[in-house]
Parts: sequence; structure tokens; C-alpha cells
Amino acid sequence: MSTLTKFLMIGSMLAMAACTNAGRFGADGTGASGVGSGAIVPGSANDPTSPAYFNQTIGDRVLFLVDQSNLSPEAQQILNGQAQWLSQNVDYVAVIEGHADEQGTREYNLALGARRANAAREYLISRGVAGNRLKVVSYGKERPIEICSEEACYAKNRRAVTVLSAGVLG
Amino acid sequence: MMMKHLASLFLGAVCLFGATGAVVAQDGPLRIEITDGVIEPLPFAVPDFVPGSGEAGETARQISRVIAADLTGTGLFREVPASAYISQVADFGAPVAYADWKAINAQALITGAVNVAGGNVTVQFRVYDVFSDSEIGNGLQFSGPVAGWRRMAHKVADAVYSRITGEGAYFDSRVVYVSETGPKDDRRKRLAVMDYDGANVQYLTDSSSIVLAPRFSPNGDRVLYTSYESGFPRIYVLDVGAVQQRGLQSTEGTMSFAPRFAPDGQTVVYSLTEGGNTDIYSMSIATGQSTRLTTAPSIETAPSFSPDGGRLVFESDRSGTPQLYIMPVGGGEPTRISFGQGRYGTPVWSPRGDLIAFTKQSKGRFHIGVMRTDGSEERLLTASFLDEGPTWAPNGRVLMFARETQGAQGQSSLYSVDITGRNLKAVPTPEGASDPSWSPLQN
Repeated sequence: MSTLTKFLMIGSMLAMAACTNAGRFGADGTGASGVGSGAIVPGSANDPTSPAYFNQTIGDRVLFLVDQSNLSPEAQQILNGQAQWLSQNVDYVAVIEGHADEQGTREYNLALGARRANAAREYLISRGVAGNRLKVVSYGKERPIEICSEEACYAKNRRAVTVLSAGVLG
Repeated sequence: MMMKHLASLFLGAVCLFGATGAVVAQDGPLRIEITDGVIEPLPFAVPDFVPGSGEAGETARQISRVIAADLTGTGLFREVPASAYISQVADFGAPVAYADWKAINAQALITGAVNVAGGNVTVQFRVYDVFSDSEIGNGLQFSGPVAGWRRMAHKVADAVYSRITGEGAYFDSRVVYVSETGPKDDRRKRLAVMDYDGANVQYLTDSSSIVLAPRFSPNGDRVLYTSYESGFPRIYVLDVGAVQQRGLQSTEGTMSFAPRFAPDGQTVVYSLTEGGNTDIYSMSIATGQSTRLTTAPSIETAPSFSPDGGRLVFESDRSGTPQLYIMPVGGGEPTRISFGQGRYGTPVWSPRGDLIAFTKQSKGRFHIGVMRTDGSEERLLTASFLDEGPTWAPNGRVLMFARETQGAQGQSSLYSVDITGRNLKAVPTPEGASDPSWSPLQN
């Protein structure tokens, strides 16, 4: 139960982060204001060892086409970044959450989400991340981050999200 | 066609007293045939049951109302309102004034008496074929705790329904489902159980973890469901009476979901995902011993037993899209049965064995449909943005399912529909609702 609560909290944080990504990239890209005179605040998004950096700068999620679990070139690029980060930050483990959009039955979407999460996991392993640091879980269509019934939302809901936590997987 | 004399329903019946030449059979065997295309509900009257004492009055009135609601809710019966009555029934034992009921075209008349004593209620009733001046079957009596008065009403209505339609009963049954609150991106789910008509809702879990797809055991004593309580989807079995649950045997690093009981109540079939691949397994509930039934690299899920326990229908995307397949319970080569345009899922075998209900997704719409077990005679019964997850009434004549509305404010609720596609209607629930599973008829 506490694990789930944690997932949900992280999930809603990510949802907010996703909404503000464009602005954030713009602000960070200019490299100037905000954080102060170039100092890196530990744990903030400009601390390369922080989960916030992983989530926002590298990207914690990859998206999929309808019914697909193939990794696009863009998805592979994000996962390359995730693999590199995980190899440099060995104190972290991850649960990869697979999701589907609402177009499909509950059971099939659970299985489809598992395919997606596993595709991301297998790719990270192929890039050198130890398998025992990566668990998968599927939420099927139970946890959309976007709620409209249009492709614009569906595209964001068909995802595999790498959720970090410190320490050893239980 | 179902407007014909009730009397001829009983050609061949043995328990009628005095069913003599008074009956004029007009065009052969007559009864309400649910499969008929004709939709002309049969008019009936159910005057308030006669209370044996002052304190039974309200219970008697409520029982009569539930009987009326059960019958009219089928779409096969129409109640003649009390305001039309010419005579009243003040004495359960008195002769029926047939002429008064004929005059208002009440083809069936249900009379009864209700006695309340010592916390128990006793209901007696009789059913009459008004136009043949005769009783349909024999009078019956049910007793039980006053708190269970709705069940007695359902039992009376079941007897009336069965006698007139020739179909199995289904009103005295329950539905376990997922009760939902909150927006789509923060939906809270908990298990609930209710009477088939939405009364007597009882919550079985809290909403601290996602719970999905509860399924009744063959005798209604237990429910299988999927919960994220451990952080990962896993199957639990819940004792409905004691409201106690336990997790079934599971393996670290796997996910298990979509469970259903075998007809023996001792075995469960389910989906297990390992390494991204989902296959169908069976497990003994007592020992936790499991057997893998499919080994394809495709998705195999949503298994459902045939009523004789010999075969399984399930969904697989081995052909590229989800389709329905049947295989022997022991495993072996599955036979594809769905061949229409679109995607098929959540197959459920009818308790009568004759049909398989399913969810179909086609051209951006969802449908609940039925087909014969060889895949022939596919019929779609509903259409909406998202209809999903049919469950059979105990008599195999009605389906309940979940319908989710479109858009950011989308909500899920329960509906039922006759297998003819008629009588689509909402089933009332206090909150949003999904994943219904209909119990067997209660004892």
C-alpha cells in the first residue's frame, strides 16, 4: 500500500512536470536566471545525479504507437540516456510502469502495458543495466495521465515510465 | 404473440387443478418467448399483498412493489396501475373476481399475504391466468428474516417469471463489481456487492489499492479479483460472507490477473505475465499448484470456462489482433471462433452453454455481443464509446456490462441488456461502477 502511494505521488509529480516541460527547457536553455550564479542545487533538476534530472532532462518515459510495443528511434535515444544515468548512479533501482490508452479491454491493456514495460526493460539491459535493478509493472488503462478521449491524450498515455527509487528493489 | 392466453402456457403442465375445457387454445403452444422479435409486454396486476397484521402493512406493500419492479424490469411485462383496479384484494383466501381483472386487461394477477412475527416474515402468493379463470401453478410460501424481505419479493417474482416465460429464474441474485470515484487520472476503486437490481450495496474492500474484475465462484460464496495491494497485480480470493481475503500463490517478478473459477469452484484460470509475455495458467486454489495452458509469444488472456468444465474460451492476439479462441481445458491447439471485422475480447461462456458473450471494438466503437460457441450467428447487442466486460444472468438470458462515457469527464456505470438486444437499461449504483460479475441464483 505504501509502495502504491509512493507510485501515485511520483506519478502526479511527473504529470505536473510534463505539463511544464516546454517552459522549463526554454528557461534552462538560456542558462541564466533562476537558480542563481551557476550553483548546482543538490537534488534539483540541474543536479545531474538527481532523479529530477533523470525525470526532466533525460526523460523518464517513452511513448508507443497504438497497439505497439516497439521502441521508436526517439524512445531508444531516451533509454540510452536512462541507461547511462543508471550506470553512473548505481544507488538507484527502478520500476518500469507500462501503460495503455483507454481504447481496449481492461485485460488486454494490462498485457499490452506489460509488453511495453518489458520492451523498455530489455532495452536498458541491452545497454548494460543489470536486470536485478529493473522491475516491471503494468497498469493497463488504469492510470492515464491525460484524460481527454482524443489521440492527443492517448499518445501520452501509451507509455513506459521508469520510476526511480533509492536502494535495492524489494 | 405473447399477448395470447396465459392458459395455454400450461398445456402439458401437470399441477393444475380443474384446468378443463374452459381453455381455448388459439394458435398452438403459447408463452412469452424472449427470443421472439415481438415486443408487447404482458399486462399484469399485483395488488398490495394482504398484511396479516398492522405491522406487516409496510413490508407487504414494499414486497409487492419489488415484485412489480422485477417483472417490468425485464421488458416482458407491463404493470396495470392500481388506479385502474375495479376491485381490491382484501382477503388472500377469497375467490378471485376474474371479471374485474379482465375488464382492465390484467392478463396475469399476482396476489399474496404477508405475515410478520418474531423478526421473521412469511410471504404466500398465487398467480392467476385471468382470462382462463384459473391459477397458474400452485401457491407457494417463503419465510425468512424481515431484513431479507427483498429476497422474498425476488423469489416470488422469479416464480412468476419462470412460470410464464418457461425460462430460468434470475431475480434472487447478486452482482459483485468495482465501485469507482474520482476523475479519470485519479480514480479510486473498491469492490462492492449488491442485489441484481442495485439494492443492498455492501463494500468489500477499501480503495487504497487498485482492484479489478471481481468474479463470483460457482456457488457465490467467494470472489476472485485482482489487486495492486503488493504494488503489482496479483490475484486474491475473498470470502463474501466473512469479507476476508488472501492472496493466491504468486511468483516474484510476475503479474497475474483476469482470474475466473472453474465450474468445480476449486480451480482458477488466469493470466500470468512473465518477461512481457502473457499466457493462460490454471491453479488449484487449495494447493497453489499451477499448470501453464498456453505457450505462445502472443498475448493470451481473459479465459472463461464452458459450463461443463471441459473447454476454455479466451482472447489472443496471435493472429495480429485480439480474437477469440476455444481450447480443451487440458491445453492443446486452440480453435479460432471470431472472424468478423474488429477486435474481440473478454469472452464469457453462457451458463446455458449455448452462447459466448464478448466485447468487440470496431471502427472506434465498442459493442457487447453474443455468438454461438462455433463463432456463428454473431450479434452485436449494444454500441457506445466504450462498452466492456459482459457477465451473464444466472438464466443465460440477460447480460450486464460496464459503459464508460467519452471525454475528460468520462464515468463508468452498469447497464443490462436482454440477449435479443432489447431492454437496454442502466443498473443504479451509488457511485461509478465497472467490471460486474453476476452471481448464481441464491439458494
